[in-house]
Amino acid sequence: MIPQEFNYSRPGTVQEAVDLLADGEAKVLAGGMSLIPLMKLRLSAPEHVVDLGRIADLTRIAEEGGSLHLGALLTHHQVATSALVQEKCPLLAETAAHIGDSQVRNMGTLGGSAAHADPAADYPAALCALEAKVRLVRKGSERVVDIGDFFVDALTTAVEPEEIISDLILPVEESGTGVSYQKLRQPASGFAIVGVAARVRTSGGRITMARVGVTGLSATAYRATGVEALLEGSEGSQADVAKAAAAVDEGVDAISDLHASSDYRRSVARVYTARAIQAAL
Amino acid sequence: METTVSKKTERMVGKPIRRREDPRLITGTATYVEDIELPGMHYAAVVRSPHPAANIKGIDTREAEQHPGVVAVYTGKDIDHLGAVPCAISLPDLRIPHHHLLAQDRVYYVGHPVAVVVASDRYVAADAVDLVEVEYEPTDSVSEPEEALQDGAPAVHAEWPDNVAFTHDQAGGDVEKAFAEADVIVKERIVSQRLAPSAMEPRGTVASWNSGDETLTVYSSTQIPHILRLLMSGVLGLPEHKLRVIAPEVGGGFGSKCELYPEEALTAFIAMKIGKPVKWVLTRRDEFLATIHGRGHVDYYELAAKKDGTMLGLKVKIIQDVGSFHMLLTPAMPTLSVLMLPGLYRFKNVDAKVVGVFTHRMATDLYRGAGRPEATHGIERMVEVLAAELGMDPVELRKKNFVPPSDFPYDTPMGVSYDSGNYAAILDKAVETVGYSQLRQEQQEGRQQGRLMGIGIATYGEICAFGPSPALPAGGWESATVKIEPSGNVTVMTGVSPHGQGTQTTFSQIAADELGVDIDSISVAHGDTSTVQHGVGTFGSRNTSVGGTALVLAIRELKEKIETYGAFLLESDDVTYAEGVCTCNKTGKTVPLAEIAPKSWFGPTFPPNTQPGLIATNYWEPPNFAFPFGAHIVVSEVDPDTGEVAIKRYLAVDDCGKVINPLLVDGQVHGGVAQGLGQALYEQVVYDDTGQLVTGEYMDYALPKAAMVPTIETDRTETPSPVNPLGVKGVGEAGTIAASPAVVNSVVDALSHLGVRHIDMPLTPEKIWKLVQQGGSA
Ligand SMILES: Cc1cc2nc3c(=O)[nH]c(=O)nc-3n(C[C@H](O)[C@H](O)[C@H](O)COP(=O)(O)OP(=O)(O)OC[C@H]3O[C@@H](n4cnc5c(N)ncnc54)[C@H](O)[C@@H]3O)c2cc1C
Repeated sequence: MIPQEFNYSRPGTVQEAVDLLADGEAKVLAGGMSLIPLMKLRLSAPEHVVDLGRIADLTRIAEEGGSLHLGALLTHHQVATSALVQEKCPLLAETAAHIGDSQVRNMGTLGGSAAHADPAADYPAALCALEAKVRLVRKGSERVVDIGDFFVDALTTAVEPEEIISDLILPVEESGTGVSYQKLRQPASGFAIVGVAARVRTSGGRITMARVGVTGLSATAYRATGVEALLEGSEGSQADVAKAAAAVDEGVDAISDLHASSDYRRSVARVYTARAIQAAL
Repeated sequence: METTVSKKTERMVGKPIRRREDPRLITGTATYVEDIELPGMHYAAVVRSPHPAANIKGIDTREAEQHPGVVAVYTGKDIDHLGAVPCAISLPDLRIPHHHLLAQDRVYYVGHPVAVVVASDRYVAADAVDLVEVEYEPTDSVSEPEEALQDGAPAVHAEWPDNVAFTHDQAGGDVEKAFAEADVIVKERIVSQRLAPSAMEPRGTVASWNSGDETLTVYSSTQIPHILRLLMSGVLGLPEHKLRVIAPEVGGGFGSKCELYPEEALTAFIAMKIGKPVKWVLTRRDEFLATIHGRGHVDYYELAAKKDGTMLGLKVKIIQDVGSFHMLLTPAMPTLSVLMLPGLYRFKNVDAKVVGVFTHRMATDLYRGAGRPEATHGIERMVEVLAAELGMDPVELRKKNFVPPSDFPYDTPMGVSYDSGNYAAILDKAVETVGYSQLRQEQQEGRQQGRLMGIGIATYGEICAFGPSPALPAGGWESATVKIEPSGNVTVMTGVSPHGQGTQTTFSQIAADELGVDIDSISVAHGDTSTVQHGVGTFGSRNTSVGGTALVLAIRELKEKIETYGAFLLESDDVTYAEGVCTCNKTGKTVPLAEIAPKSWFGPTFPPNTQPGLIATNYWEPPNFAFPFGAHIVVSEVDPDTGEVAIKRYLAVDDCGKVINPLLVDGQVHGGVAQGLGQALYEQVVYDDTGQLVTGEYMDYALPKAAMVPTIETDRTETPSPVNPLGVKGVGEAGTIAASPAVVNSVVDALSHLGVRHIDMPLTPEKIWKLVQQGGSA
């Protein structure tokens, strides 16, 4: 469990970090909860590791222009316990509290989880339901990517090798919106066999907005737009919810592994979708 | 001489005092193998096979050898003069393949050691492992034992194409007659899956060779330092008196460190070869690959009974997955299961047929319970299957068949004698405490509303306190030396080798009471073959019953010597020693131990025909095993939509004989239950069809975490064992043995109205969900 030799840099600013990345191939280190185990198992052997851990700018929490800006380096614990996040973006705070154990929550970061794009990670479900935007910075420029274009495949995102995630941009939740994250844990790792994040807004006895993000079921997290469409305009009765939830795995190529077959995952996804929506209503 | 005076000081035995080991364990000041640093230390790292079965066409070590910092690379040809990894069991038709320390021309499992790299730095050693080029020619492999038994299956060892490692048949009574007379016969295939023992501290060894006097010191994370010394001496060809083995702090073993592993001997060999101290510590990943696994049974049960529930006889076929080689006690595991097949029940007719099977996997061997959990799981599942078949309440069915208290000592059809017990009483206590009839009512009401609640009962008997010497390959006795230092403080040296059990605490309690001295004046040493006279070690729940008894006997002998000195100093011929004071029974004059002790060492005069010093050594050879027992009851609830199981209550009522420290007994029950529950719900070692280990990390091997273990309610009955003067039985393995059937019975009970009779472990949500979906038919 000893990684291969590597060079290590610890820049103090985003500028320095992206300069280093522009200089040659390097791997960014945030909380290290995913990268370090891979390096120890020698499944990943970067020659140069750029540690973002000391860049104060990346732990910003700010409300700007009706959105919440969360620095990539915020730990899961910080997101779960921030009063501002709890108030303005309760789904993300709730989801963060479901991740791993307290050691992992104290080390692992929002940006790291997004960049790692583990098919079973929790955040991606919430980020999809929140229609988050991801700001990517590279030497001399930056761009903002919609979450729908961000998760490309298992462990693959839109982040280019010379880019870092600086922050995530999330909507400030309007009043009248209920949220919930429901997860069946894989018993060994604690990751999600299936995790469902739901945001539901009701007005005048009808659902006016529904967003459902799903993780664990397929290679990447996704928005279950079929479920959302069936919910919106409905009264949100138990039958409405059940009918909508049944659409969660439509057209999805479900994962099968040691812990759950694809059939079981699909079934659990429907159950947990219904539960997340019920809890959000 | 017996001293039976009432005590002035507080009695320690029976008190829930905190563990004396804990301050060093929880402040990180304990010394494990990894903490040992010796000047000039070198580091070894092992190259392992990535294939379950392959011929080795060649090994190129040149690049590794040239890597800066690498001192040597050893392969199979360098060690073929050394002895084999030992198997200490003999059975009439046991086949023992030669188990070299490093693979010769073939590898037999993923993780099989192929070469070992030695470097001046552990990082360099790890890098150089990747530079050793091994050319493999993969061949067909077989991982499932039942597949390995089929015609045409790949032969694990070419000389034995049937893959049979051993067979063992044992019968008692007349099973055919019993089955002929039966009204009902229930049958089930029951699997006890492979488990990873998962000691918190991985295995590791440090070896240091003194070329001047040609002595070797080996620090190893082991449960059996004295036996390891003997075994290593055989493998290395170095006589025992030149070899010192130290088990420093050992962070758990659960049976997995009752071995001589190849790497332990290799580390020693390298230290002798390069003349420098060498450290080798296993990584967690390699721990999964190359530390023995537990269980690994596929069992076929048939239970015969009368309509009224009277159990008549049992036929069992046990298929034991051996792995590719035997380790120290591998073939003994299923034979231990056989001894406990009848459980607590009094039927006299049993027929057991065991077949051990070679597979292309790591070896199986001792893991907490070792053979007994499999047997208990089997009989306790079968009792439930029978209860369902007959429509009888499982509590009533058990009570109808228990060995009654009047029958002890009770000779079982498997040739062992249960020492003492009251089985109905402990089940009654559990049933009452849990509120059984109330729960049954709740269950009925719940079912109306579609709730799937289950009540699981498991009663168990355990064979432990190992044991009479004929039952063990290297003696079943234990030893103790007790020395009163000149200051009056007490040093105990015990032959057991505790590694987390809290034995320093319990032995201090025993010694404090026996000697009538303050517990803080006692220290307990163990685990070093140079300081401890001799010993057998720690396994099979034997520390207190066997080692503790040796301690009591040594103290009793010592007390005679104290009285000899007391009489001499008091100029009396009639003295009694008690509570740290020797009293002349005629004059009432006293002399305290604190005064006797220095005089016993320094004189200047000594009693006639008496040797200086207060020191005594004694050995205890137990006349029998001890048989703890208990009743565990679990209330669980199944989520019908997802198959998730929630444990609502866990009640453990155990009888481990006399209790020395209730806190430690509870601790053992808690830990044991957590492990049994782990087997029931979560844990499984999985090899895929190609022989690769899938569960090679805790990200996939589901060891229960604290939050996954329910609150465990504990209670006890206390039936002293007549086997030893302390009256103790043992509690190290009890929780593990009881928990898996209790949990599984509760879940099967939750689904019983759907026609479910049996579910194999682990009870993953998916398995349960499928059963619910299919309305019960598997
Ligand atoms: C025991 C354990 C249990 C866990 N359980 C869960 C769980 O239940 N649910 C869950 O969702 N996760 C779980 N995790 C994963 C955890 O949430 C990690 O924190 C997360 O996946 C990665 O975040 P990190 O900050 O540790 O990233 P790192 O490990 O440092 O990096 C991960 C990857 O992201 C890249 N990266 C990191 N930061 C950036 C950035 N700002 N810009 C661009 N690239 C970046 C790195 O280069 C690397 O490729 C668990 C981890 C462990 C060890």
